[in-house]
Amino acid sequence: MASRDDIKFLSNPKIGQKHKKYCRFKKYGIKHIDYKDPDFLIQFVNEQGKILPRRITGNSLKYQRKVSTAIKRARHLAMLPFVTDLLK
Amino acid sequence: MNQYEVTFIVDPVLSDPEIKATSNNYVDHLKNEGCAIVHVDELGLKQLAYSIKRRNSGFYYCIEFQTEAREIIAKLELALRRDERIMRFLTVKLDKFGVKYNDDKRNGLIKKKEKKQDPKAKDKAKPSRSGSSTTTKKPEAPVAAAAAPVAEKVAAEATNTASAAVEKNVAKPVATEAVVAEPVITEKVIAEPKSETSSEEE
Repeated sequence: MASRDDIKFLSNPKIGQKHKKYCRFKKYGIKHIDYKDPDFLIQFVNEQGKILPRRITGNSLKYQRKVSTAIKRARHLAMLPFVTDLLK
Repeated sequence: MNQYEVTFIVDPVLSDPEIKATSNNYVDHLKNEGCAIVHVDELGLKQLAYSIKRRNSGFYYCIEFQTEAREIIAKLELALRRDERIMRFLTVKLDKFGVKYNDDKRNGLIKKKEKKQDPKAKDKAKPSRSGSSTTTKKPEAPVAAAAAPVAEKVAAEATNTASAAVEKNVAKPVATEAVVAEPVITEKVIAEPKSETSSEEE
């Protein structure tokens, strides 16, 4: 009897499995979000420079608030744009 | 004791000593007010995400300081607002996590992700691409020279400078269309000996 490892699937069986979203700040123990690091903050904005919702990033409410303030501070210091196209 | 952090952008048009003098001015200002300077971080010249006062880049400075008195912040911000050399500033009160983060950052505990190196690698790749494009251009010139051996035979009597001029003239059209370039060669080759013969006749 062939075990599951021996069976070759035509398509990746992992496709379609739902991955639970998680808050990366809680998971990795990041307590402070630096507004002077635009390369990090760029992960939380879309191509037009808008802040991504929690629905997509999976951040907890506490850290989503911190991310949004950090992005707004970075925008004030011209480290991130207020509006653009093709940011990424 | 509260810890604060003031980040400001200095006009990049100023000379380097002037920029340093500006930052030192504020460090001294804070010291005179009785603040304990924790760290002065020079982030350097950075590209702005949008233009401020028609400048597209700026010198970033970040001063971290500790103070008891809150009035100092208002005084500092007033001074920054009045200063024409300062394009933007932001004062932030750091919580305990912020203080710890900055300490760790100074001690090199927080490292930038490898992702940050990737864009740099891409940047490096871009000049190499442009370099390769220049290298591709170089072979074109010999090709052009090879394409015009007949022209060289005709223009054998012509001086080296004239032949060089012919090659230059050939090189540009070849880049666009080789077929179009050939008649151009003949025309110019014909044209140039004529001019030389006329000069000899004179």
